[in-house]
Parts: sequence; structure tokens; C-alpha cells
Amino acid sequence: MEIFNIHGGAKLDGRKSLTADLDIITMPIPDILHIPLQQHIGAPAEAIVNHGDRILKGQLIATSKGLISAPVHSPTSGTVKRIGDFPAPHPSGLPVLTLTLEPDGLDEWAKLPEPLNIETATSQEIADRVSQSGIVGMGGATFPSAVKLNLGQRYKLEMLVINGAECEPYLTCDDRLMQERTEKTVMGIKVMMKALGVPKALVAIESNKPNAFKAMEKECIHDDNISIVHVPARYPMGSEKHLVQALTGKETPAKGMTADLGVVVHNVATAFAVYEAVYHGRPLISRIVTVSGQVIKKPGNYETLIGTPVSSLINMSGGMTDTPKQLLMGGPMMGQPLPNLDVPVIKGSGGVLALNDTEMKDKNVMPCIGCGSCVMVCPVGLLPLDMASRIEHEDVDGADGIGVRDCVSCGSCNYVCPSHIPLVQYFNYAKGRLKEQDIDRRNQDRMKMLAQNRALRDEKTQLALERKRADREAYNAALAKMQTISNTTKENNNTGHNTTNEMDIK
Amino acid sequence: MTQIPPMSGPYMRKNKSVRRSMLIVMAALTPATAYGFYLFGWPSIILFSITLGSALIFEVICLLLAKRSVSMFALDGSAILTAWLLAISLPPWAPWWIAVVGSAIAIIIGKQVFGGLGQNVFNPAMVARVALLISFPLEMTTYMQPLPLFSDAAPTFMDSVAIVFGMGNFDAVSSASLLGTIKTDLGQGMALGEIMDGRYAPMDWILGNSISSIGEGSALLLIVGGIALIFGRIITWYIPVSTIVALVFIATIFNIIDPGKYPDAMVHVFSGATILAAFFIATDPVTSPMSPKGQIVFGIGLGLLVYIIRTWAAYPEGVSFAILLMNAMTPLIDRYVRPRIFGRTQKGAPLNLSEKS
Repeated sequence: MEIFNIHGGAKLDGRKSLTADLDIITMPIPDILHIPLQQHIGAPAEAIVNHGDRILKGQLIATSKGLISAPVHSPTSGTVKRIGDFPAPHPSGLPVLTLTLEPDGLDEWAKLPEPLNIETATSQEIADRVSQSGIVGMGGATFPSAVKLNLGQRYKLEMLVINGAECEPYLTCDDRLMQERTEKTVMGIKVMMKALGVPKALVAIESNKPNAFKAMEKECIHDDNISIVHVPARYPMGSEKHLVQALTGKETPAKGMTADLGVVVHNVATAFAVYEAVYHGRPLISRIVTVSGQVIKKPGNYETLIGTPVSSLINMSGGMTDTPKQLLMGGPMMGQPLPNLDVPVIKGSGGVLALNDTEMKDKNVMPCIGCGSCVMVCPVGLLPLDMASRIEHEDVDGADGIGVRDCVSCGSCNYVCPSHIPLVQYFNYAKGRLKEQDIDRRNQDRMKMLAQNRALRDEKTQLALERKRADREAYNAALAKMQTISNTTKENNNTGHNTTNEMDIK
Repeated sequence: MTQIPPMSGPYMRKNKSVRRSMLIVMAALTPATAYGFYLFGWPSIILFSITLGSALIFEVICLLLAKRSVSMFALDGSAILTAWLLAISLPPWAPWWIAVVGSAIAIIIGKQVFGGLGQNVFNPAMVARVALLISFPLEMTTYMQPLPLFSDAAPTFMDSVAIVFGMGNFDAVSSASLLGTIKTDLGQGMALGEIMDGRYAPMDWILGNSISSIGEGSALLLIVGGIALIFGRIITWYIPVSTIVALVFIATIFNIIDPGKYPDAMVHVFSGATILAAFFIATDPVTSPMSPKGQIVFGIGLGLLVYIIRTWAAYPEGVSFAILLMNAMTPLIDRYVRPRIFGRTQKGAPLNLSEKS
């Protein structure tokens, strides 16, 4: 199959050999689980169990709120110890509403929904099941998958793309999944195709994963509708819009979606989760996590319950040989630094990394020498150095004018910069500021509108008052006049000189 | 709770640094420079050392005055590289003070006054070269016939010290460069064929066995170094190729129009500083455009300007002037020549799917 060129991209040092050949190990149930109620993009889920409740494995513990949201299920059986704020796996370490569960070790399943009959199930039934199972995009974006499986209703879709690129260095969880759970993953892909109503699916795998490619190809050898495709190992190949461009040659318009091109992209791990939900009624309560980095004693891939503290996962991997220079959740390019080791694994966590100095190659920041390496690698066609220099001078609007909002924060520019300038940091800062400005502007507009409305109202009130006053005055005037008349009459009557009035009265 | 510095990813980097890039450029310049040393002997080596040494001293002084980190910036290689490029574009037997004044202009006026590394608008080495050329035309245009090191006629080390410091009288055949000769003789009404008689030796120009500055003589070694830089991803091909193509294009057109007056493209490309400039000076990242398209515009402009200045202006060696002019154009090019953003038209509007299909 023809693979189209994508603009830019960096050839990264993959460092996947640390874990690429190791079988997935199932992590034992940890002593404690911290299950955040928001693990997805969209509205947080709402807890439906209470402190002290005994809950079962797979039981719904928080329901989704709103259109874009996802429910949360219990990863094992045990007692709810606490529902309250707990640090999220996010650099801020800001607290999110989290359910703390003390497992009882029985691992007792709740009653699960019946498996769907894939032959007779409708699109809507599949999407509903996926939605009820709390499945979100497992490549890290954590967008509720059901929403993306329902796109067939609004778009004319042609193709499902399964993202098995796994372009982040170190991570091998998707690689191992495709090798060890090939059949189930492919079954999940077929379910997704059915839900979307598309005739064909492409599974894109970067060329640095030949074993996964072979396994998937063998599985699909008799299936003409699913093709396994090698894409070049060039970061950020796993970026949805770039992957679609590499596979179809078509470019998703800015502010648009790949669905505009008739293509929907799902992560390969999501396909497996869909299989579990549809064929076994099992909700998303665990995922494969790559634990890696030079500091980790026994790197590996672990099937981990959602909510497992990172510390348990690291202990499982033999602990650390040294104090890590950096602890990360996700890959080294776009992953998030961890505020501490207590934070839990969530649905979007593909990796836990502990890196040392040599791996990070952190060096002094030098002035930009304008070498243009960042321009060459930028997959979006931006001028990172230009944007950075504007942002450095607080010209956030200038950076906006040259496209900083189109930046996907992939970090390619930052990776190649010989002056080690924290470019992504600049861009994220600018994006934050621009968002703030937007909100301010919207608030101001709203204020202005309210003020205008009020002025209008005031004016109306004023007018009404005036009219009232005028009425009253007129009334008073009329009254006064009448009084004068009657007074005069009285006077006349009294004096008996006003004949006219007498005449009138007569 | 652990304190996290407010830093975004990525948390790994390519093994690149400013110093590494500078060192690689120097390494790529080494063969041509070494060959220049061989051709022009000890005086050129001494001159080269003085240029580099004085440049480093000026750099340190400036950094101290500006209260910037000497350890971080003085050894980033940029001052040395600037001085290197200046030195190899000097006539081989120029006096010592040319080197010192040149270094001072390059480092102080060309670079540090603008704010140091990465801030300068003009290529510092070319600022110095042009300033020297205008101020000291005699010293800057007196070239030597090559007297290879270890040959009988070559000056000894002590002779060379005397030559560079203007103390001795050493017999050597001084001469103008080929482009200089063509300019003067054409001006005196000689025909090009007459002037070129016995001087048209492309093989010598390519190999470097000709009258030239210290390091710009051997086109072959410079091209080898330049191509190594392209493959080492230190520079891109856009500027060298577009410069040379533009120069060849315009030279060929005029050569076809009037061969008696306009030398052919071989002369323009392989004689003088064209190759050195195209691969090593015009590609200076600081003073050239950021985007590939911008770099091509820059290269074409450079090639044309080199020809125009050499042919119709007062200076036969037009390269350094052309580079400064294009440096001045760089911000303008960067403003108007930009890559297209993903999912948008060149003008920045989102792509329209229905229009396209």
C-alpha cells in the first residue's frame, strides 16, 4: 500500500528494546486503589456509591454526566474508604474527586451485562455498550470512545484506522497487546467497523514493531477488509491527523476532524477494550502499562488495575536503582511529570517512566541560533523559533497570528533544538494565555451585553416612568382644571354673577 | 509533595548542541584550510592563529563587560568559527594588524554589539571582511602566488614571522586575484579572451592551486566539507544549491550574450569565494532565513547579487557584499515566506474540502 509523506517529523531514539520482548505480566491487586472520577476529556463522572459501601469488581461506581463523559467502574471488589479530593496524575498535582477503594482480595465480579450478539447488534447497541463500559481513547487522549463510534450517524465514513503506531519512545504496551492478544484485538476492530458502518479498516503499525505486524497480519490473512500497514517510525506518526495523512494522503482541515475525510481513528488498545465490553460485558477496569527507564530495575509491561498507585507499579518492577531525574506518566515526548508516587494509573496511562540524567540529556539553554531544525521537523508547518521569540517578548497575540494555536505540542522542535530551548513550554504558556484572553473577552462581551440590556431596560423604565408622570401630570392638570371650574362655579354660585354657568347647569 | 519545576516535555533530546554544530563546521573546514596552509606556508598559519587568538580575547572581554557567562559562551565555538571564516578569507600574507582589526570588527561590532550569539543581523566575518576591504584596499587585495610549504622558495618560519609583522623583505610574486585582474583589465579595454589567455585553468581553481585567500582556493575540498555538513544535517542544501544555480544561470546567460565581455560560469563558481560562501558563510543559521522556502529565496538573491556586484560594481570580489545585503533582506524574507500550516491554505484559512475535490 502506498504510504504518503507527512511534513516534518523527527526520527527518535526509540529505546523500546528495554521492554519490547517481555511478556505482559498481570499485576497483583494492590493494597489500595485511588480511582479518579474524571479520567477522560469531558464532564467528570458522578459517584453513585457511598463511603463504607462494599462494591464488586466491574460494578458501576460513577455515572457519566452529559454528552461527553464516561462512567467509572470498580476494578476489584472491596470497601469504599473515602470519596474525596486526591492528587491527580497531572503535573499540577491538583486534587480531583477520587474514590479510594480498599480491595478485599476476593476479586468478586458483579453481575455483568450479557454479551452482545455481534451478528444482530445494531450500531447504536454497540456504541451504547461501549459508552456504558467506560471506554475512552487509550492512546492518551482519553476522549470517550462511544462518541467516536457514533460518528457514522453524522458523517459519511469510509474507513476505520486503528492506531498501533505507538510513536512515543519507551512505550511497548500496544506492541505487546498486538502480539499477545491478537485475536481479541482483531475481534474488537471488527466490532468497531460494524458500529461505524465502514467496509474497511487499516491497522497502522510503525516499522519498528515487526513482530506485532507479523502477528496482526497472520490474524487478518483471510480478511480482505482489514489491512495491516507499516508506517515509517517517524514521530509524531501516531498523531491522528498525521496518521490519516500518511495513510490516505488527505489533510484534515484546521479546526476539522478526520471524520470530515470519512476516516475515524481509534487506538489499538481501545479495540481490545471494546472486545472485552462487547463479548464479555466487562467494563474498562484495567490496562497494560509499560514501566520503563534506566532507573527501573525490571522494566516491563504490566496489566494494571485502574487506580493502582504508581508506587505499587514501580515496586512490582523491582523498584528503582537510583533517584530518578524525572518521573513521568506517558511517553517522554508528551507525557506528564508526576507530582509524586501516590498518584494512580488511569485509563489513558500507557507508561510510567523513571528517567535518569543520561537519558534526558538535559543541558544549559543557549540563545537561539536560528538553525531552523525546528522548522524542518515541525509536523504542522509552523516556525517554532519565531513563535518562541515572540512569546519570550510577551507578544502572545503575535504568536497567535503565526499559528501557535495549531501547535499540537508534540515536542519534535524541542527534541531537536541544539540550543535546548524549552519551546513546548513557551507554546503551552501562550496557549494558556490565549485561552484566558478568550474567556476574558467572552466575559467582557457578556458584561457588555448585560449592561446594554440593562440600559435598555432602564430606558424603558424611564420611559414608562415619564409616561406615568406625564399621565399623572395630565391627570393632575385635568383635576386642577376641574377643581378650578368647580371652584369658579362655587364662587359664581356664591356670588350669583356667572350667568353662563348657570345657563350650562340649566 | 515534591516540587516540580514548571516544565513541559519532551523529556528527552537529540544529542545536539551549539558547540557541537560549530565544531562540526570547523571540522568540515579543516581540509580546505589545511590545504591553504600548505599552499601559502607559514605566513598564512601565523595569520590564522592571530585571527583566532585575538577573536577569542575580544569575545572574552565583551562577555566580561556584558557580565555574561564566559565559560558558557566563550567556548561555544561561535567566536572561533567566525574568526576562522574571516581568517581564511584574508589574503595569505596580510599583515598581523589586518587580522587583529578584522577580529575586533567581527566580534565587537559584528556580533557582541547586537547582543552576542544568535542576535546579530549580519554575518560577523563578512562585516569584518567588508570593513577591511573598504578601509585597507591595498592590503586586502594583494594576493600571492602559492609557495607551498617545504618547497625551496617558501619562507621559513622566521621569515614568515617577519613577513606577518612587516619587518622583513621577502621576495615573492604578488598579484591580484583572477576576478580582480579581469575587472582591471576589462576596464582598460582588453578583451576577455586576451585576459584569460593562460589564466583559464578550471582544474587549478577546483583543486585550489591558484591565487586566492587562505582557504577559499580549493573548491573541491570545500565542496567535500560542505556536502559532509549537509549529510551531517548541520546545514541544508537549499542555500548552497540555490546560490550556485542562480549564479550559473545568470553567468551563462550573459556569457552567451557577449562571451568577449562576460566570463563563463566556471570562472564565477570556482574562482573567488563562491563555494566557501555558498556552503559555509551564507548558511550561517543566525543570518539566513528560517524556512526552506525562505532559504531558497535567499540563495537565489545571493547568487544574482554576487554576479551583479562582480560584474558591474567597483569590487571584483562581490561575495561578501552580496552576503551582507542578503542578511539585511532576511527578516523581510522571513516575514513573507512561510511554510504552509497543516490543514490550512498558504494564507492561513482552513482547507476547504469541497473546493479541493
